[in-house]
Amino acid sequence: MLNIKCPHCGDRSQKEFAYGGDGTVKRPELNKDVSDKDWDNFVYLRKSPRGKHIELWHHIAGCRQWFRVLRDTVTHEIYKTSKIDEDI
Amino acid sequence: MQKYSIFSLIKNAFSNHEKWDLAWKDPSPKKEYDVVIIGGGGHGLATAYYLAKEHQITNVAIIEKGWIGGGNIGRNTTIIRSNFMYDDNARFNEFGMNLWRNMSQELNFNVMFSPRGIINLAHSDAQMNAYARRGNSMRLNGIDAALLNRDEVKKILPMADFSDDVRYPIFGGLAQPSAGTARHDAVAWGYARQADSMGVDIIQNCEVTGFDVSAGKIMGLRTSRGDIKTKKIGLCVAGSTNILAEKLNMTLPIETHLLQACVSEPVKPVLEGVVTFGAGHFYISQSDKGEMVMGGDLDGYNSYSQKGNLPTIQHVLTGGVALFPFLSRLKMLRTWGGIMDMSMDGSPIIDKTHIDGLYLNCGWCYGGFKSVPSSGWTFAHTIAQDRVHELNEGFSLNRFSKGYLLDEKGLGTKTWIS
Repeated sequence: MLNIKCPHCGDRSQKEFAYGGDGTVKRPELNKDVSDKDWDNFVYLRKSPRGKHIELWHHIAGCRQWFRVLRDTVTHEIYKTSKIDEDI
Repeated sequence: MQKYSIFSLIKNAFSNHEKWDLAWKDPSPKKEYDVVIIGGGGHGLATAYYLAKEHQITNVAIIEKGWIGGGNIGRNTTIIRSNFMYDDNARFNEFGMNLWRNMSQELNFNVMFSPRGIINLAHSDAQMNAYARRGNSMRLNGIDAALLNRDEVKKILPMADFSDDVRYPIFGGLAQPSAGTARHDAVAWGYARQADSMGVDIIQNCEVTGFDVSAGKIMGLRTSRGDIKTKKIGLCVAGSTNILAEKLNMTLPIETHLLQACVSEPVKPVLEGVVTFGAGHFYISQSDKGEMVMGGDLDGYNSYSQKGNLPTIQHVLTGGVALFPFLSRLKMLRTWGGIMDMSMDGSPIIDKTHIDGLYLNCGWCYGGFKSVPSSGWTFAHTIAQDRVHELNEGFSLNRFSKGYLLDEKGLGTKTWIS
């Protein structure tokens, strides 16, 4: 079981959280021309690295805040978590 | 190649079974091949076999980092089916069903294909309607499908929970009687043995470390056992596709996730075919040895770890016990995990790429095992003819950017919930 440190609530069991995928993906800017390639990158294409991965988690059974987690996809070690408006 | 039969079995009994030929050789890599297949799993071995058999291309190497059959071909729950709604998925997998039916004879290796049927259970009127639609689509593609009502399901699955106060009552189900199971390891070994006998080099313990690409063309690859020249490379490394794609500077519509499965202690025959729970993610069949073979959800976050996390097993089996209460009294024998290519629409990719001579076979999600023969057959065609076959033209790499998704379950791009 993962033990995830919510930046707002502290250490909690994995069961309180929902996964939100790659935390580095950025939505194309609003009200600007967006090429098909940009949409493709945003919606479908993922690096899915082996090793360190920045990802989004949602403390859905807690404070309900989204935040970022730096986790190793092989060992599941969590190096760092950060609030959504902070750099990780 | 030594033919396996009752006569060779008797003959070898006289020498205490110590003089059997090796099923495949253990060669060192040559300097150059016509085609190199990366990945010695079911899909890679089948591709090499069909390259040799259907296209007479025998100067082929299979490069495997570990040992053949050590990945997902040896870790799956052995379910074989073609109960798909979309034409591309249905035709492709029904083509594969015909290859499954003759596989033991064709490979001279008993893969124990057992068409014992599959039932997808429905737990609401809406789900029954959706299954009626899927069943009709299947029949239009020549696949057997039968919509079962509650009483018909009860006759087949009397041990399921049909009591009145159950949270998800069984309304009925969709059956594909021709679906089944097979012995997964034998599939890998059978393809390996035949491919080897036709001249394919199966090179194990050989890791690909890089690619030699020049002017948009494949020139060769670098491995832990030396450089190899080749003009065509087929990637069959589902689970590790993103790792090799990174070496090729490619980003793919795939995330890598962990899927677990488990078996119980063996019990007497209780379950004939494969059953899936429609109100949660849980599927079950009984092996020939009597073990209940079960699986369900992904662990739910990107993972390359090949071993699972207990909360997922607990969650999956909660669904299992809700469906079959007798499971709560069985002891669990073992659990294991494998890493999956989860594509963004739940369907695979078998296609050429923007690099000349690089062919891609990936994105198998949960269902790579059943597609081993059809994937190998079409991928061999794609590599040999340098163009996709009509059976795999729907599994294109650019279908995502073009909007021609094959989202069978309509779940969208959250790979971890599919």
